[in-house]
Amino acid sequence: MSELKRYYRKFSRNHIAFVGLVVLTLIVMGGLLADIIAPVDKGGIDLDHSLEAPSLRHPFGTDSFGRDLFSRVIHGSRVSLTVGFVARTISLFIGLIMGVISGFYGGKVDSVIMRLADITFAFPTLLLLIAIMAVVAPGIPTLFTVLGVVGWAAIARLVRAQVMVVRKRQYVQAAESSGVGIFSLMIRHILPQCMSPIIVVYTMGLGMTIMAESSLSFLGLGVQPPSPSWGRMISDGIVFMRSAWWLTIFPGIILSLTVCSLNLVGDGFRDMFDPRYVFKKEKD
Amino acid sequence: MLKFVIRRVAQLFPILFGVVTVTFLIMYIIPGDPILSLVGERYDSETIDRIREDLGLNKPIPFQYVDYIVRVVRLDFGRSFVTGRPVIDSIKEYFPRTLILAFSAMLIAVVFGIVIGAVSSLDRFKWLGRALMTFSLVGVSIPVFWLGLLLIYFFAIKLSILPPSGYGNGSLRYLILPAVTLSFASMATVARVSRSSLLDISSEDFVRTARAKGLNEFVVFGKHLFRNALIPVITIVGSDFGSYLGGSVLTESIFGWPGLGRYIVQAILKRDFPVIQGAVLFMAVLFMVVNLLVDVSYGFIDPRVRVVEKEE
Repeated sequence: MSELKRYYRKFSRNHIAFVGLVVLTLIVMGGLLADIIAPVDKGGIDLDHSLEAPSLRHPFGTDSFGRDLFSRVIHGSRVSLTVGFVARTISLFIGLIMGVISGFYGGKVDSVIMRLADITFAFPTLLLLIAIMAVVAPGIPTLFTVLGVVGWAAIARLVRAQVMVVRKRQYVQAAESSGVGIFSLMIRHILPQCMSPIIVVYTMGLGMTIMAESSLSFLGLGVQPPSPSWGRMISDGIVFMRSAWWLTIFPGIILSLTVCSLNLVGDGFRDMFDPRYVFKKEKD
Repeated sequence: MLKFVIRRVAQLFPILFGVVTVTFLIMYIIPGDPILSLVGERYDSETIDRIREDLGLNKPIPFQYVDYIVRVVRLDFGRSFVTGRPVIDSIKEYFPRTLILAFSAMLIAVVFGIVIGAVSSLDRFKWLGRALMTFSLVGVSIPVFWLGLLLIYFFAIKLSILPPSGYGNGSLRYLILPAVTLSFASMATVARVSRSSLLDISSEDFVRTARAKGLNEFVVFGKHLFRNALIPVITIVGSDFGSYLGGSVLTESIFGWPGLGRYIVQAILKRDFPVIQGAVLFMAVLFMVVNLLVDVSYGFIDPRVRVVEKEE
């Protein structure tokens, strides 16, 4: 507990990261409580009030169907955050398993897995995603899988490097030689030592995953209507840009804020886990 | 040095092979029959069989795979389902425009990024340096497609000083907005990296020596600091090249820039699979070649890289 407190103190001293955490919490809360907060029902088509400018009743204005944009953006956060978290967790699992196997066994297994990672890295990520999403049936479950699978390589490389370092430590070798099974060796001795870089990479990748989801949805390859998604809202707004700027501007602001706060929090985590950080800050 | 280059090129081949395999496999995760989604279900089965035969899709998958590799080696990416035009011809037509866009964006990112980074690394602009660290995080968080729309809204719709979209037969006015859009995220990163690398190097002994012997500050900066600080910037720009290619898909479709990226998006809308497959493979290979060039140039700039490589 005291360690957590120490981490918390170190994190909150980093003001920018703390602001990121606050913004992120607000957005996550918005997504969780969407049904309660969203002022007007999300499917509420009201053609008498289409394309209304932002007002007190509709803080972000209304879209071409007269739906309240603020409610749609809040519901969109639920979709984007879910896609981000689920996809990232899939990447984490694949990356962990591959990375541990690779780092632990080494040799041929290692080089096969690392070549697979090289191949994944050889593609510009967004292009690979576009190519896959263009041929599979788009939708949220597909997005989970594709974003999750494509993101495995970075985590696997990181875990592999960590495992290789930690494995050589004496306490791990002692455990190994005293006959602890490989599985519990991993779970109890090796993985806990790799947690901090994994948390950092997970958080940083979350922002990128949400960005990728929005880019795909923007191109019509991601979340399909009627599910609200920020990328889709922005592309739907293009036609009305001259008369109804709010349709493109607001979803984009919230999307940027989400990605940005995730990056800030990730950055904060990195500094928090970095023992040298205190000194570095003084030097700056 | 030659050995180093040869080894790097040799390392490329298994990955290249993997990339080709992945693009081949992507076509086989299409649910259902690609022919049916191409012609619709209104054709009689005879016509469908004929098309299948024309495209070589009636053979067993391993044979198709070998066929595919042979064709790719000959730079034959097949023909468009829609227009029947060889994909490679379209790539040849559209790619130079993507290259113009990507290079202009890269130029903007490097020039402005380094200037911002250098200015904010100076002691006297300490506050700016801190603001910059935040800005560069914000910069990479703004989606490229939204930034593009924002620029169109302000510069084309509100101020009407630049055209909102189009190619304008290569006129510079049409290039500005898409190039700035595409450069933005990378500019933020370049600024951040060049600032921190300048800060790191300015505390090195050789820089202190140069200052101590009374060299003009401009000479110290130009001759000692800058050249060394450039190395990490090159890596960043090289590894960002992939995001230029991916970003060009979004940027080009927003600005109606008739390059390879927009070509891919149009192919997606028409479900023109050979085009998607060919263009993506082309860009992936290009990305690999750029990464190779970055690696090799690294070896040229910094002889230590070659040695470390050997010890591995």
